[in-house]
Amino acid sequence: MENAIEVKDLVTYYGEREILNNISLSIPRGKTTVILGGSGCGKSTLLKHLIRLLKPTRGSILINGKDITRMDEEELNEVRKKMGVLFQGSALLNSITVSDNVALPLREHTRLKESTIQIMVRMKLDLVGLSSFEHLYPSQLSGGMKKRAALARAMALDPEMLFFDEPSAGLDPVTAAGLDELILKLKHVFKMTIVVVTHELASVFTIADHVVMLDFGEVIFSGNLDELKASDHPRIKMFLERRPEMEAYSPEDYFRIIAGD
Amino acid sequence: MRYTEALKMPSIAENFLGLIGRKAISRLQDIHDASKLINDTFYWTLLSPLKGKKIRFRASISEMVRTGYHSVPIVAVISLFVGVILALQAAYQLRRFGALIYVANLVGVSITRELGPILTAIIVAGRSGSAFAAEIGSMKAAEEIDALISMGINPVRFLVVPKLIALMVMLPALTIFSDCIGILGGFLLSITALEIHPYNYFQQTINALLIKDILTGLMKAWAFSIVITIVGAYEGFKVEGGAEEVGRRTTASVVSSIFLVIVFDLFFTTLFYYFT
Repeated sequence: MENAIEVKDLVTYYGEREILNNISLSIPRGKTTVILGGSGCGKSTLLKHLIRLLKPTRGSILINGKDITRMDEEELNEVRKKMGVLFQGSALLNSITVSDNVALPLREHTRLKESTIQIMVRMKLDLVGLSSFEHLYPSQLSGGMKKRAALARAMALDPEMLFFDEPSAGLDPVTAAGLDELILKLKHVFKMTIVVVTHELASVFTIADHVVMLDFGEVIFSGNLDELKASDHPRIKMFLERRPEMEAYSPEDYFRIIAGD
Repeated sequence: MRYTEALKMPSIAENFLGLIGRKAISRLQDIHDASKLINDTFYWTLLSPLKGKKIRFRASISEMVRTGYHSVPIVAVISLFVGVILALQAAYQLRRFGALIYVANLVGVSITRELGPILTAIIVAGRSGSAFAAEIGSMKAAEEIDALISMGINPVRFLVVPKLIALMVMLPALTIFSDCIGILGGFLLSITALEIHPYNYFQQTINALLIKDILTGLMKAWAFSIVITIVGAYEGFKVEGGAEEVGRRTTASVVSSIFLVIVFDLFFTTLFYYFT
């Protein structure tokens, strides 16, 4: 199995605080990989490194065999044209219409005629089921529609890889399930490499081929769904069974905490 | 035991030095960020068009309308009033010497050399500099800047360059407009309240003004346009977090662009005083 992305010994700090601690993982090509973990485990930070919004302190990230941490702006933009990213808040440009948002990467990176661009925009919007909304502004759309419009924009240049940051965050279960369907469809139709960062268990079991689980900045699991269910790692079990974190204090510990030293 | 505790507790001197160090490091970081922004802005404005990366002209035009055309009424009213005020204040002193006609010189020279450019710059800093900071800041807060980067679109080229071009064209244009309206204000007051003959006032103004006065004013305006854009964009890109920070940065951008406009004014005025 060939890997689209290889992360090797990634270490990163926000100021003094270590966020990712020596992470190594690989993301298989043409499959859906879910990066799973609780809040604050570093999974969004990892995603920002994969699309090179952040530069790691140490380590390397190979995309199609090339290390993106050592690329200059121009090489990086070539790689970025082959990636689509769906941000958590959808991140559509609010000052322009939905169709201009989808057309943006086409206008910036291709020399296609305006009429061709319009056709491509309609194709992409149709793919996500937003055909009749092209002339609206993002502020006039609902949360789920915004995400789908952002997905159409991410797909505008027919990328090899798609990244999703918490796709179901802030959506009702029905809309979230619709988005999961869409992710499955994209994988089957376009054979894309899809990376999803989430903590939503329901969608993990629907869309994932490969699961990577992070905990406190370290990879604690990497494998397929059956292996995930069969795992007896205590943190994974806790996560799958939705058990709250036990914080057992002894009376002395408690006293020390409230006394503040 | 006592020895290790002594090691743990930093002395006042150490605390003080640590404070200086931390402040200095964060200032250095600010200077680094600002100079990187200036560098990027000029790269994408001047050099990259030579390499075939086109500038977004349509965006520049719409920025010109927003920053320039929409500022015309407020610039007109303020310049007119300042022209009138200046004529009144000048008359107050000049009347004693029977030299009322020199109101024309004073109004003409001080408006074109100083007040036209600086008033326009302050109005534009308040209107457009703050708008730049708020626009870029809220885009930063909503991950729109990250989205641009992830699409391989440089945010400086996409957002800052059209604004810079717009202001570099519109601020000098507004300054010329402000000069004319300011002089008109002085003229209207002088021919009515001061009873100076209109033709005499006109002739006196023409004689008093040198091309140099107008050009140095325009050069200042041009420098101010760069200051206002860079400060607005810098504060916008500095936003981390939510809406509250956007408000703070917007206020900061107005305060620091007005401050820097005056600093640059001092610099250029000194320069022109000695070298023209």
